Amino acid sequence: MTKAKEHLNQKLMPEHRPQLPKALTGIDGLDIITGGGMPKARASLICGSTGTGKTLLAMEFLLKGAMRYNEPGVFMAFEESTTDLIANVNSIGFDLKGLIADKKVVVDFVYIDRDEIVEAGEYNLDALFIRLGAAIDAIGAKRVVLDTIESLFSSLPNPAVLRAELRRLFCWLKEKGVTAVITAEAGTDSLSRQGIEEYVSDCVINLRISIEDRVASRRLRIVKYRGSSHGTNEYPFVIDGEGVSLIPITSSRLEHSVSHASVSSGIQRLDTMLGGEGFFKGSVILMSGTSGTGKTTFMSHFADAACRRNERVIYFSFEESPDQIIRNMRSVGLNLEQWVKKGLLVMESRRPTQCGLDMHLILALKLIAEHAPKVVIMDPVTSFSDIANPSDVKRILMKFVDHMKSLGITTMFGSLTPSGLPSEVSAVNISSLIDSWILLRDLENNGERNRGIYILKSRGMNHSNQVREFLLSDQGVEICDVYIGAGGVATGGARLNMLAQEKASGLKLQEEIELRQFDLENKRNVLDSRIAAMRAEFAAEESSNLKMIAQEKTRRTQVSADRTAMGKVRNVDEHHTPVKAKRKSK
Amino acid sequence: MTDKPIDLRVHKKTEPAGAPSNKWILRLYVAGTTARSMSAISNIKKICEEKLDGRYVLEVIDLYQQPLLAAGHQIIAIPTLIKELPPPLRRIIGDLSDTEKVLVGLDLKSL
Repeated sequence: MTKAKEHLNQKLMPEHRPQLPKALTGIDGLDIITGGGMPKARASLICGSTGTGKTLLAMEFLLKGAMRYNEPGVFMAFEESTTDLIANVNSIGFDLKGLIADKKVVVDFVYIDRDEIVEAGEYNLDALFIRLGAAIDAIGAKRVVLDTIESLFSSLPNPAVLRAELRRLFCWLKEKGVTAVITAEAGTDSLSRQGIEEYVSDCVINLRISIEDRVASRRLRIVKYRGSSHGTNEYPFVIDGEGVSLIPITSSRLEHSVSHASVSSGIQRLDTMLGGEGFFKGSVILMSGTSGTGKTTFMSHFADAACRRNERVIYFSFEESPDQIIRNMRSVGLNLEQWVKKGLLVMESRRPTQCGLDMHLILALKLIAEHAPKVVIMDPVTSFSDIANPSDVKRILMKFVDHMKSLGITTMFGSLTPSGLPSEVSAVNISSLIDSWILLRDLENNGERNRGIYILKSRGMNHSNQVREFLLSDQGVEICDVYIGAGGVATGGARLNMLAQEKASGLKLQEEIELRQFDLENKRNVLDSRIAAMRAEFAAEESSNLKMIAQEKTRRTQVSADRTAMGKVRNVDEHHTPVKAKRKSK
Repeated sequence: MTDKPIDLRVHKKTEPAGAPSNKWILRLYVAGTTARSMSAISNIKKICEEKLDGRYVLEVIDLYQQPLLAAGHQIIAIPTLIKELPPPLRRIIGDLSDTEKVLVGLDLKSL
């Protein structure tokens, strides 16, 4: 059993105190809802109309018992011969012939031809007991299947005798200690047409095929199970090449543990828009948009990123075939084929109309349990509204999301918004289930439609609130820078226009700057030269002034020297002090 | 032999040498020595002696002794009388107390 299946079993096994010993059927989902299988050493009844799968279910119970739980079994067939049974059971992947050869299973084909029989006196069905007893003793059988008791009622002439004998038979089986499963036709007023449930009332299971909108789906319901708690709902099941599969998804409690790790979206700028590192691991992401907005491309990026991290991905596609998606994604530079070849990416395509909604869920969950992915992508989820009404689709998606979260798988849904509706209306109305919602829209202005991406919500992260334009180039998705123009965000031609304008104005500014610098240089030069001239002038004046000053100084010294010389010549005292005129007083 | 239905077609069976062509071959299946089984045995013996004038072979098989024959010969009810010869093959179930029905079954009397 894969880890996913074990986890499923753990999460969904109903709590119960051991009340009754049970025999596992080997059908995982059935063992879960019955709480351990059929009641051991008692007789159980499977009723349903023709073609509902009673024989195959009973046969799987017997064969799994022989193969897995070491409980050999006897299959008493009243309708089909051994050869027919071997061929039929082969179609669900069991080798009955081998098991008979290994003495793990005995098939006793009881053929009764009504026309041959003449009733002459009283009789009982001892021979049947003898046959059954011989078969059980031959291999030490622990399980017995009688398929189907209707044949006895239609072949033997006296129903009263038959009923008495059947009652005796079930007691006898109980004494033998074998776990018996009886198949019977469903009745209109009673559980079984012949009212066998009066004698076999420990466990009654009802099978039916419901047809809704021309799509058939199989349903199983445990009508009663004495002495044990059991799932009481009607569960959808499928019969395929691996036998009976039943997935008992009921609305589980909102108790899953969360991760704080992030996973990249595959586009770096989108991760940035989301607040740094991408989506939360284990969250549910919705990519919605009208037709042709690029949802598949984004989802393929996400798948590609996961595969690069060596994580397994399952991509469910409901509109395109895998080859078509691979081819289309090649045109944007994504090579998905390499991951398919490595076994990391599983692409599963199915038209929604192929089977009922419940069956889609079962098949998806089977594939997930088998492949154990870390990422699951459904493209698009709105295709289901073709086959069911919105509330049913929401119910199924809710179950799916709960299950994915409990397994810690990151899920991405694509949603096609019908053109003309406001983009925030999700056609299947699952916005409450979604953790991150990315909207892709066409931005129309100036006669163009350009692609825009917008994060409507992303729980728990600080995401961008801008509408950004993106392009699909041959290197994948490229998110462009934002240009806010006169009429809001400029996209497409307007953006290119703005880019060109900016470039032009940038150039112009550059030129102006250069011009001014040149001007400044010039002026500085002029100033410098003027200063130089003034300096020179000043220098000249200065030197001439200084010269004159020097001359004056020399002249003065010369004059004074001359005077002294002259005095000397005139015999004037050097230190002649001038006579002060004394005033005579009277 | 468990799953082959008993052949109802009229077929020629090679008679053992010396057996007369209108010999009756009857087989009675019983289970133990219950009153019903005993009365079936005595009833058929009486009918054979009265009506078949000694041109018969009656075999009594106790399924408790030979349980595998129940599956082999597709026996469900006890007692069961099988008329193998003359053809066609007939099964008569019950303690054979209703002589009229037994005679019809043995093709000794038409309804």
